[in-house]
Amino acid sequence: RSDLALNEQEKDLNQRLRRLYPAVNEEETPLPRSWSPKDKFSYIGLSQNNLRVHYKGHGKTPKDAASVRATHPIPAACGVYYFEVKIISKGRDGYVKYMGIGLSAQGVNMNRLPGWDKHSYGYHGDDGHSFCSSGTGQPYGPTFTTGDVIGCCVNLINNTCFYTKNGHSLGIAFTDLPPNLYPTVGLQTPGEVVDANFGQHPFVFDIEDYMREWRTKIQAQIDRFPIGEREGEWQAMIQKMVASYLVHHSYCATAEVFAKSTDQAVHEELASIKNRQKIQKLVLSGRMGEAIETTQQLYPSLLELNPDLLFMLKVRQFIEMVNGTDSEVRCLGGRSPKSQDSYPGSPRLFNSPVHKASSSQTYQTGIGDVITDHLHFLLSPGFDSNYCNGVSSSKGHTLAHSHKSCPRTMPSPELGVLNGSRGQQTNVGAEVEMEVDHFSNGVSESSSNGFLNGSSTHGIDLEECDGDMEVDSAQSKRQLCGGSQAAIERMIQFGRELQSMSEHLRRERGKNSANKKMLKDAFSLLAYSDPWISPVGYQLDSIRREPVCSTLNSAILETHNLPKQPPLALAVGQAAQCLSLMARTGSGSCAFASVDDYLH
Amino acid sequence: MRNDGRPIPTLEVSAAQQQIHLHTFFILQEVTATSRHYVDRLFDPDPQNVLQGVIDMKNAVIGNNKQKANLIVLGAVPRLLYLLQQSSSSLELRTECAVVLGSLAMGTENNIKSLVDCHIIPALLQGLLCSDLIFIEACLRCLRTVFISPVTPVQLLYTDPTVIPHLMSLLSRSRHTKEYITQIFAHCCKTPEHQTVLFNHSAIQNIAPLLISPSDKVRMQALKCFSVLAYENTQVSMTLVNVLVDGEQLSQVFVRMMQRDKPIEMQLTAAKCLTYMCRAGAIRTDDNCIILKTLPCLVRMCSKERLLEERVEGAETLAYLMEPDVELQRIASFTDHLVSMLADYFKYPSSVSAITDIKRLDHDLKHAHELRQAAFKLYASLGSNDEDIRKKITETENMMDRIVSGLSESSIKVRLAAVRCLHSLSRSVQQLRTSFHDHAVWKPLMKLLQNAPDEVLVMASSTLCNLLLEFSPSKEPILDSGVIELLCSLTQSDSPALRVNGIWALMNMAFQADQKVKVEIVRALGTEQLFRLLSDPDTNVLMKTLGLLRNLLSTRPHIDQIMSSHGKQIMQAVTLILEGEHSIEVKEQTLCILANIADGNTAKELIMTNDDMLQKIKYYMGHSNVKLQLAATFCISNLIWNEEDGSQERQDKLKDMGFVDILHKLTQASDPNLCDRAKTAMQQYLA
Repeated sequence: RSDLALNEQEKDLNQRLRRLYPAVNEEETPLPRSWSPKDKFSYIGLSQNNLRVHYKGHGKTPKDAASVRATHPIPAACGVYYFEVKIISKGRDGYVKYMGIGLSAQGVNMNRLPGWDKHSYGYHGDDGHSFCSSGTGQPYGPTFTTGDVIGCCVNLINNTCFYTKNGHSLGIAFTDLPPNLYPTVGLQTPGEVVDANFGQHPFVFDIEDYMREWRTKIQAQIDRFPIGEREGEWQAMIQKMVASYLVHHSYCATAEVFAKSTDQAVHEELASIKNRQKIQKLVLSGRMGEAIETTQQLYPSLLELNPDLLFMLKVRQFIEMVNGTDSEVRCLGGRSPKSQDSYPGSPRLFNSPVHKASSSQTYQTGIGDVITDHLHFLLSPGFDSNYCNGVSSSKGHTLAHSHKSCPRTMPSPELGVLNGSRGQQTNVGAEVEMEVDHFSNGVSESSSNGFLNGSSTHGIDLEECDGDMEVDSAQSKRQLCGGSQAAIERMIQFGRELQSMSEHLRRERGKNSANKKMLKDAFSLLAYSDPWISPVGYQLDSIRREPVCSTLNSAILETHNLPKQPPLALAVGQAAQCLSLMARTGSGSCAFASVDDYLH
Repeated sequence: MRNDGRPIPTLEVSAAQQQIHLHTFFILQEVTATSRHYVDRLFDPDPQNVLQGVIDMKNAVIGNNKQKANLIVLGAVPRLLYLLQQSSSSLELRTECAVVLGSLAMGTENNIKSLVDCHIIPALLQGLLCSDLIFIEACLRCLRTVFISPVTPVQLLYTDPTVIPHLMSLLSRSRHTKEYITQIFAHCCKTPEHQTVLFNHSAIQNIAPLLISPSDKVRMQALKCFSVLAYENTQVSMTLVNVLVDGEQLSQVFVRMMQRDKPIEMQLTAAKCLTYMCRAGAIRTDDNCIILKTLPCLVRMCSKERLLEERVEGAETLAYLMEPDVELQRIASFTDHLVSMLADYFKYPSSVSAITDIKRLDHDLKHAHELRQAAFKLYASLGSNDEDIRKKITETENMMDRIVSGLSESSIKVRLAAVRCLHSLSRSVQQLRTSFHDHAVWKPLMKLLQNAPDEVLVMASSTLCNLLLEFSPSKEPILDSGVIELLCSLTQSDSPALRVNGIWALMNMAFQADQKVKVEIVRALGTEQLFRLLSDPDTNVLMKTLGLLRNLLSTRPHIDQIMSSHGKQIMQAVTLILEGEHSIEVKEQTLCILANIADGNTAKELIMTNDDMLQKIKYYMGHSNVKLQLAATFCISNLIWNEEDGSQERQDKLKDMGFVDILHKLTQASDPNLCDRAKTAMQQYLA
């Protein structure tokens, strides 16, 4: 029962911390969650999950003082950080109630009260004085005793600190604080007990209101940032950035309209944009063979000069063959390639399910939306993990759904709409499942031979794979290469070609571990009865086409001396990098300047 | 000058001929001439031309104060009003007229005066009866501009009793009607009568939904309405607490408006609303929305980051909020260094502003008095109950010096606030003994008392009362400065508060005073005035006068001396009071005086020879109130005290009158004090 309560508290804590300090990257800079059992003087005892501190020394002289620090220093990306300490007992009668609450840097002597030494700061209960790295205090606030809740707030923007007593702010106590301070308490009286609240419970003081004020301040500062006399230039620059972004991603119609209405030249011929658009569409719909062919036609020397790129494209083609989407295997499966084109043929619009419904029109009408949505994708910090979640959670609950909505038919874009309207975050994963399902739905009843055994007899080297083999293939609904035997044979043959291409590349250009891994991962797909739910199944995900598409696109642009990344994405990326750099160098204002806030 | 060959109008020719050398005047003439053209067009027989003329006039006056003044001088206003009121005018024309008038009102205060003199207000109010929304909005916009000007008498809104209900009915018509009407209400609600009129016409129900309007302006004006409606108005405040806006309590809506990311004006006004509701008793002072929200919000308004006007309002509102509540005073005293934050209020104009920026200096100077008086008020409120807070205040940098100089400032508001602050601090025994004496605050205080309005006098004399307390080291120098005459003159004031303070100060002065001082008090006051005060309609005055008498009649030689010269009148006054309809406290005080008289050597006889008085004492010994019994018994006890001459005779006489029986009975009394007192008296007989 207490375990349950503990879990509940843990959940509360995580939730509250995320809400209070959304800009903190806890993988880099974890937040303090409790007192450290390692970083304390021996007279300090900890209990209740290291949140309760009690004094167990003699308490006769200042030499008996003892402190404890929190597990982690306060990350600058908090912007404003706050914790509270409740005085459970002021200690035994007959002693002066020395008790200090504050901050100290790592390495400050723990046989002391906070505030007495360099890089140590404290507010003491016996006299209400503040101690700023000095043995003598300054009159600061009221005294405090049993039952009082004392809060300590560190402002990492202006490097000040103020305390609260029972929810009332006492005003600035310290200025010019150094970075990386730890929450600290010190006791010196037998029987003294205090409890910390690092976010486990709601705070007595309304810290969120204080944060609101600083968020407003920082945002006003950004809004008022002077552009100076370059205002005209400023607008032109933004228009240029938008235009180049549209061109980069081959939104030709939109780019054309935009360029016309803002009176600027497009730095690439329309035909060239359209070519790139065509290739991108092919890649994104999984028709790799055609994509490679088209590239070779339109940009004859490109792939010749970039054998690694060609190899990557081919590996992808192999994966698409397994998937049953590549044109070569699709022909063998006897289905019209056109109708299988479930991919809208553009970078995915993650947060805009509505636009997927009419993807072809999107480029003409929804300029703004397309851009912001796409930026979202570029910025999405959890890109990889989102994607992984999507795959791992594909346990078939959408299977039934898709059966209902289109039994035994080819997947159509409309399905994506149905799917996409479900919500924002889970969108990515959900749609991935759907597409995987579609293909299996389409063929699941036509043939059901377990291909697994067959594949190993074809001599593809799978020795290196040591994943779990799934023998029970009967339950699998998806079929290799769309289930066509001819397609499977073509795939196997293609695999052999790929293998020899890899060997050739190694001889010509030396070892390339990235290429090796790529090939190994792709071949590993064949080791599972149901590659889609296997540990390497993520490769089959259509979202994996995007990096391939963008690499190819960048390579084409580079041969035309155009930037391989659009300046807009570069600027946005730079701003995001800048914020994380600020977090690392201790500029707290990064907490209230999320790039996302400015992209909506 | 024109040289296009066309005939030159005579007006311009004559102007040019006469003023050709006076360049500036010439230009004025030219402007007037073009303005004249605009006015002339208003009289064109073709209505279409009139409309175009009004539209051109509208474009000509925007942002041009000179043009506005010219048009007013040339009589455009009555014509515009005529056109606006004519039912034969097209709606478009009437609307454009209202727009131009609104534009003219945007100019100087003189413009507004001229417009009001032309009876623009009734004309526009009449216009509101029209059904066209655009026209109504134009009228309201102009009315708003006129009413928010300080030169417009707000009473004009209330002359016609149908106006307020009509405005209420228009309120929700559009975003603009909401904004303009609430703004008019917010500016024109200045007295309790105005509050009542608006309240009776359902102002609260009509305006409350506007607090969640999507328009910032509407929300802000609605909020202002509530602050002026609730100010010192219990009825409004009590109603407000029960109002729900979209299912939420109004106080919570106000709390949200105090969030730190809201505009400062909104935070401050919301805090005012809650303050007024709290002071009216509609919200408890220990409610979280007061203690954790309103109070900290007002303290923030006092911070250096805020504008000077906001700091003044913040401090005044905070002072008002916590005046009656010591817990709020304690919390405020340690919130955000408020006490030292206020010290900054005295630093305007700062030495920096004088050198660097003349505009800033002007701004600082304008607000300097307001800042100082607000700070004094807040200090006064902070220190009115708690000794520790008073100590903290007096220890603030140069605090006593600031009060001393504040007492002699030219601005009455500052003087009053300074003396209020001094009064609040003078409740501290410790401060009276130390800082008050060190800074000789009595000197400017005495000066202030010589010639000041009643308001200031009340505070100053009240402070003086405390400075004259027996343990105050300032008492001596004040006595030497001729204060007695001054206090005696206060007792003759028409204001009961001043009479109380005058006599109270004299009472404090007489406490354990030298014979010389006592004689001086009696001489200066005169027995006639003393007895007039004993029949004062104000009980407080009567009580303090009795207190003075009691203090005068202490220690035997003093008693005998005063009674020998004024005995007859005093005994008369005592008789009158004991026979009259007075409170227990008054009678008790009177009996105590009698007990003091009974303690004198010769004065005793004035009682012993007055059988009527003895009967009265006897009556009070048997009274149902223990306090009166105790005082009367004390009196008898003094009369029969053994060690004095003639005690035997007095004992015998009183025994004959039956006092011993009464005393005997009182030894059985349930009240231990009375019982002891009676026993002690009985012992005098046994000895």
